Amino acid sequence: MLFEPDHYNEEGEFVVNMGPQHPSTHGVLRLKVWLDGETIKKVEPHLGYIHRSIEKMTESLSYRQFIYVTSRMDYLSAHINNQVCALVVEKALQVEVPARAQAIRVILAELTRISSHLLWFASIGLDLGGVTPFFYAFREREAINSLMDENCGARLTQNFMVPGGIMKDVLPNFQQRVKEVLKQFKDNYHEYDEILTGNVIFQNRLKGVGILTKEDAIAFGCTGPTARASGLNCDIRKLYPYDGYEKLQFDEITSTGGDCWARYEVRMAEMKQSVKIIEQLIDNIPEGEIVGNTKKVIKLPKGEFYQRVETARGELGVYIVSDGGTTPYRCKYRSPNFANLSAIPHIARGHKIGDLISIMATIDLIIPDIDR
Amino acid sequence: MFIKEYFGGIFKAIKSLLTGMKLTGYYFTHLNKIVTEEYPDNRATLKMPERFRGEVIMPHDENNEHTCTGCQACELACPNGTIKIITKQEVQADGKKKKRIDAFVYHLDMCTMCNLCIDACPSDAIIMGQNFEHSQYERKYMKKVLNKPGSRLKDGVE
Ligand code: SF4
Ligand code: SF4
Repeated sequence: MLFEPDHYNEEGEFVVNMGPQHPSTHGVLRLKVWLDGETIKKVEPHLGYIHRSIEKMTESLSYRQFIYVTSRMDYLSAHINNQVCALVVEKALQVEVPARAQAIRVILAELTRISSHLLWFASIGLDLGGVTPFFYAFREREAINSLMDENCGARLTQNFMVPGGIMKDVLPNFQQRVKEVLKQFKDNYHEYDEILTGNVIFQNRLKGVGILTKEDAIAFGCTGPTARASGLNCDIRKLYPYDGYEKLQFDEITSTGGDCWARYEVRMAEMKQSVKIIEQLIDNIPEGEIVGNTKKVIKLPKGEFYQRVETARGELGVYIVSDGGTTPYRCKYRSPNFANLSAIPHIARGHKIGDLISIMATIDLIIPDIDR
Repeated sequence: MFIKEYFGGIFKAIKSLLTGMKLTGYYFTHLNKIVTEEYPDNRATLKMPERFRGEVIMPHDENNEHTCTGCQACELACPNGTIKIITKQEVQADGKKKKRIDAFVYHLDMCTMCNLCIDACPSDAIIMGQNFEHSQYERKYMKKVLNKPGSRLKDGVE
């Protein structure tokens, strides 16, 4: 199919494969692109290159064990993925999470969000032809990763959550270290604007490209910054607050542009909101317990449970059917990237092939989260 | 009008490029602000944080004694079957037979460093070690027995 003698199909369209090993797909995603000259006629995503059957695996893992696997879905929001699993178990058991654990969870989740957006900032520069921004963003990201390393024991796949709270208390110097990281981030934020945001070439590659209307965003089930850039209010932290987000002051960033530039601006502004959230919490982490009252062997009551959180890329939902045993009967993850990916064929149509890279970069896909 | 816009655009682009270049130039001339670590060269001074999860290890004290009772809680807690505990019956000083570990087999190649086994251990017999340089030429070297030869259970640990 792909090796037709002349690479053209009957309609005179040129068919190329982007991926599965293309640098700008950030993982093993294959986009089959039908081209008329340089104009995209049709895009078809092919999935499954990194499918590990996490949902099926979960059926044989206990409610303490299934948390760690989710770190391998959206590995840049690993902490938030773990959080959704802990939350669903807590919801089913109706366990009260201690205030200290909640505060630490939120601080770490927001740090994860900043670090994820920083990686996105780094890679969008890389995708569109600038290598330097990568290093500036990675400098701050490294600081966050070291903080995670010191407190959680791992840089990316933390597995710091347990049902009912967190695994260990944070180190005594946690507050001071977080403040250092935030200070470094705030001091260096202007550099991102200088090196990339203000660049006219970069702006021209994003403005007016890949417009996703609000109606389309709803129809495709887009969430997260992708949908908020189209004017859709979909921040789960605001709509269905969890872990004490209802007590915090922050703005839901939306934009009405819907193009790649709007998505860029929304993410850049979201990092500042995350800083604002952490600053509210860091000086008043309550004292007390870090784990709620849970049994050693957790059994969920019979029934169906659903919980959602806002990861760095959108709404992550977990749906668990329990038959009363120690392992889930069925587990389903509603991953943000899968829904966001479905919008790409629609918004890329009619653009040039170079713009597909901008669209991919601003939608910020994480492929293991699509395949699971 | 068109010409003015055209050249204005070019001028703006050059200006924005220079803004970025200025930043790059700043770091190019301020070498003390460099943050990269030269990893294999700084091995002697590189210190991993205390909580870093490198591998599962079993600390032994100076009498070659550990605190693992062979209760297999870690084996049950591990999500991917990394740990295998082989027990034996040992005759004690008072003539009674008791369960002791023969081998604590740890498959490093399967471990995901999730910390669940450490969390589950009731007698804190295993901890996370800081070593992260695990590469080996053959897979068989990844299978480790954590209790040292000739080691025994510390007295008073049940
Ligand atoms: S760290 Fe996790 S994967 Fe490794 S042995 Fe312990 S429980 Fe198993
Ligand atoms: S290491 Fe701990 S949990 Fe595992 S068998 Fe020994 S005492 Fe039990």
